[in-house]
Amino acid sequence: MTPDEIKLVIVDALRRIAPEVDAGTIDPRAPLRDHLDLDSMDFLNFVLALHGRLGIDIPEADYARLSTLDGAVAYLASKGAAAVPKPT
Amino acid sequence: MPALGSDMEAGTLVEWLKHPGDTVKRGDIIAVVDTQKGAIEIEVFEDGVLENALVTPGEKVPVGTVLATIRGAGVAPAPAPPQRVTPLARKVAADLGVDLRQIVGTGADGAVTREDVERAAPGPKAVATATPPVSAPRAIDMRAAIAAAMTRSKREIPHYYLSLTIDMAASLAWLRAENEKRPVTERILPAVLLIKAVALGLKEVPDLNGFWIDGGFQRGAGIHVGCAIALRGGGLVAPALHDADTLNLATLMQRLADLVARARAGALKSSELSDPTITVTNLGDQGVDAAFGIIYPPQVALVGFGRIVDRASTVAGAVAARPLMTATLSGDHRATDGHQGSVFLAAIDRLLQHPEAL
Repeated sequence: MTPDEIKLVIVDALRRIAPEVDAGTIDPRAPLRDHLDLDSMDFLNFVLALHGRLGIDIPEADYARLSTLDGAVAYLASKGAAAVPKPT
Repeated sequence: MPALGSDMEAGTLVEWLKHPGDTVKRGDIIAVVDTQKGAIEIEVFEDGVLENALVTPGEKVPVGTVLATIRGAGVAPAPAPPQRVTPLARKVAADLGVDLRQIVGTGADGAVTREDVERAAPGPKAVATATPPVSAPRAIDMRAAIAAAMTRSKREIPHYYLSLTIDMAASLAWLRAENEKRPVTERILPAVLLIKAVALGLKEVPDLNGFWIDGGFQRGAGIHVGCAIALRGGGLVAPALHDADTLNLATLMQRLADLVARARAGALKSSELSDPTITVTNLGDQGVDAAFGIIYPPQVALVGFGRIVDRASTVAGAVAARPLMTATLSGDHRATDGHQGSVFLAAIDRLLQHPEAL
């Protein structure tokens, strides 16, 4: 997957939790939890959604690397999101 | 129409999910009711057969109105007692085309009155309220409901407030190790440990678990922890995790995730809103140090948790950075005193030092 495709998956996962999220208005370097007002249950659901879409196991110790949109794209790419076929 | 919280005055029947003649058992969802807190699924509390549905979809009725009659399991259909109907009610029923056999009378000796008939008639008012409400009025309704409940609380309940700083190192270390072993789908949030500690603490101090009703304290039949859940776009509900003291952490986590999802989707059950015996509010995610809550009547206590943050603390005589959290208790002074509240907060502290036993 390209970084742009990973980004689409991330934004889609965020919109399931915060439907008002608009891809264009997310500051790629802002902390997502504060920026989008996510609580710990929301963040767990975000991780679950990424796990479901990308098949990547995300250990709790790595949660900090998902804290911004840019960080999450880089982290998921490094975990091999590119190797997973895009679900239809 | 059950009271889904002390602030509810009326509800609108949206639809019947069971119909006359259907067998129902305890816990079945028989109807959906629209309230200030969203659409709520109404459960039955006994086994039997639904005999009569007395309220029609779209009708808004006050709390306490009989929605339906249920014949108990194993009981033969009651021979219809001679129905008493006032002459005026009989005439009005004929005019409006209402089936008198479907009406339970509220007049003298159970007689059906003109008001009973008019209530059963599908009138223009019922048609008007059948229009699904849109979200903006819902938000306004919810604000009004919260305002009513909190105003009543501040007017009637003499609150006392206690706080205790709890060292969370043991709980967090245990949780970190536990979650490392668990797949992402089975991970546990710190909030679950807090809820379980509250539930077990209430077993030690049951005077904080229950209701203040008619000038006296009534102990809760179980420990049903109401969890304050913020809704996106504003508003708040605090549905119950039933019998939280009896559930292991994995089950409690599943129930909490389900409860939060349904609260935000507007699909809570009637019992979840009507029977919490205490409320827990966890505002740590938002970064506040402590939450001093307002008790939700008729409950007699509310527990607040702030964020867990590293601070300087002394351990064995040396200053060290420790993950600390402030727990607070808002107590109803009519039901308990600060002493019981202190014993309760100390119990929560002790329980959180041994997370493996939660």
